Amino acid sequence: MKSVIWIFVFITVALLGFGLYQALVVAPTEQTMGDVQRIFYYHVPSAWTAFLLFFVNFIASIVYLWKRSAGSDAIAVASAEVGVVFCTVVLVTGPIWARPVWGIWWTWDARLTTTLVLWLIYVSYLVLRRFAAGSQTQVLSAALAIFGFVDVPIVFMAIRWFRTQHPSPVIGGGEGSGLDPTMWHAVLWNWLAFSCLALLLVMVRYRLQRMEETVEAAHAQLALQGGSR
Amino acid sequence: MSTLSVTRATLLKDLRMEWRSKDAINSMLFFSLLVVVIFSFAFNPTAEESRLIAGGLIWVAFLFAAVVALNQTWARELRNQVLDAYRVSPAPPHALFMAKALGNFLFVVILEALMAPLFVVFYQLRSVGPVWQLVVVALLGTWALVVNGTFFAAMSIRTRNREIMLPLILFPISIPALVAMVDSTTGILTGEASPDFWIKLLLVYDVVFTAVCLLLFESVLNAE
Repeated sequence: MKSVIWIFVFITVALLGFGLYQALVVAPTEQTMGDVQRIFYYHVPSAWTAFLLFFVNFIASIVYLWKRSAGSDAIAVASAEVGVVFCTVVLVTGPIWARPVWGIWWTWDARLTTTLVLWLIYVSYLVLRRFAAGSQTQVLSAALAIFGFVDVPIVFMAIRWFRTQHPSPVIGGGEGSGLDPTMWHAVLWNWLAFSCLALLLVMVRYRLQRMEETVEAAHAQLALQGGSR
Repeated sequence: MSTLSVTRATLLKDLRMEWRSKDAINSMLFFSLLVVVIFSFAFNPTAEESRLIAGGLIWVAFLFAAVVALNQTWARELRNQVLDAYRVSPAPPHALFMAKALGNFLFVVILEALMAPLFVVFYQLRSVGPVWQLVVVALLGTWALVVNGTFFAAMSIRTRNREIMLPLILFPISIPALVAMVDSTTGILTGEASPDFWIKLLLVYDVVFTAVCLLLFESVLNAE
């Protein structure tokens, strides 16, 4: 397992480097936005990776409620934590780009708001995990994960309607239509790199979670046998 | 024991206890009264302005007040290990959940009926759109808050910081319902927008989350 992780670290670093090269050197400078547009190559892949991780969390939570396997719970917590990190990257890189291009840090537009609500939902999931007592944690958080994921399409519909009724100060996102092929390359390479990074982090976090469980079980066993330590 | 008889028995027991103690309804009433007063100091609106912001004020007040009642839902069942007794009994878990959710729904609807005149008086509200639509929005919206709230209250009593946990997990999930309630209420009060889409969205929200709650409640009740 450990050597696999090291090989994976190597691949991920190489991919991240190549992605950086693609984004900063190969991809052409955007005509109107200039170099600031290059944050797009990190913003969009992070968003895709975060959504993917939340989906993994949803599936792992269902599997946990069904099979009650400790492994699926460990995958759920690992993917949720890493997903929140990538979602945070999205929410931080977005305003950095928006400030020079739109002139404002934040607007309550449908996609931004949905991402923010998504972030809030999964942060509440992590808070619940932290405060739930003992062995109930897994079941309670798996239930909340299902609620959270089911909520996402409803959130999107609600906020899109909310925004179409009240036009926001900035209309449309700007990009989306007609990306240059080299720009697509940069996006896709970075997405691959970010997915690898996410997978790596989830793997490491999964191992840590399982180790914690082993240690806890050993402690419980010791206590049962009347050991003092 | 059939689902219906268990639901009815539990619901009647809760209603009788509430009727004798009036704990939940009194604390919700006083709480939302405080919110009404504090909001009017905070925003100091004219009649025209208050029509625009009333949707937000009303629902934020009711949401906070509902949390007060929801937090007490399961607390008294913990005291004498009633939940453990329920778990070993052959009664279906979703019957217990439905009874609790219906009980909370009744409490919050009564609260809304009692508070509505006060909102009208304090904020000089006069609806431009049809009032019956407000009733539909209120009923659907209250169920949306209460069904998830009852479920999450059953989860939060098992955590270390019980009372604080409920809003932390309930509010993010409730955002779409809250947007729907606030926006449709404002639309009806100002008469400028039709609440049709929001009523449909609330219906979808209610159906989806009632189903999810009923499906998952057994796991949460039996979580060890």
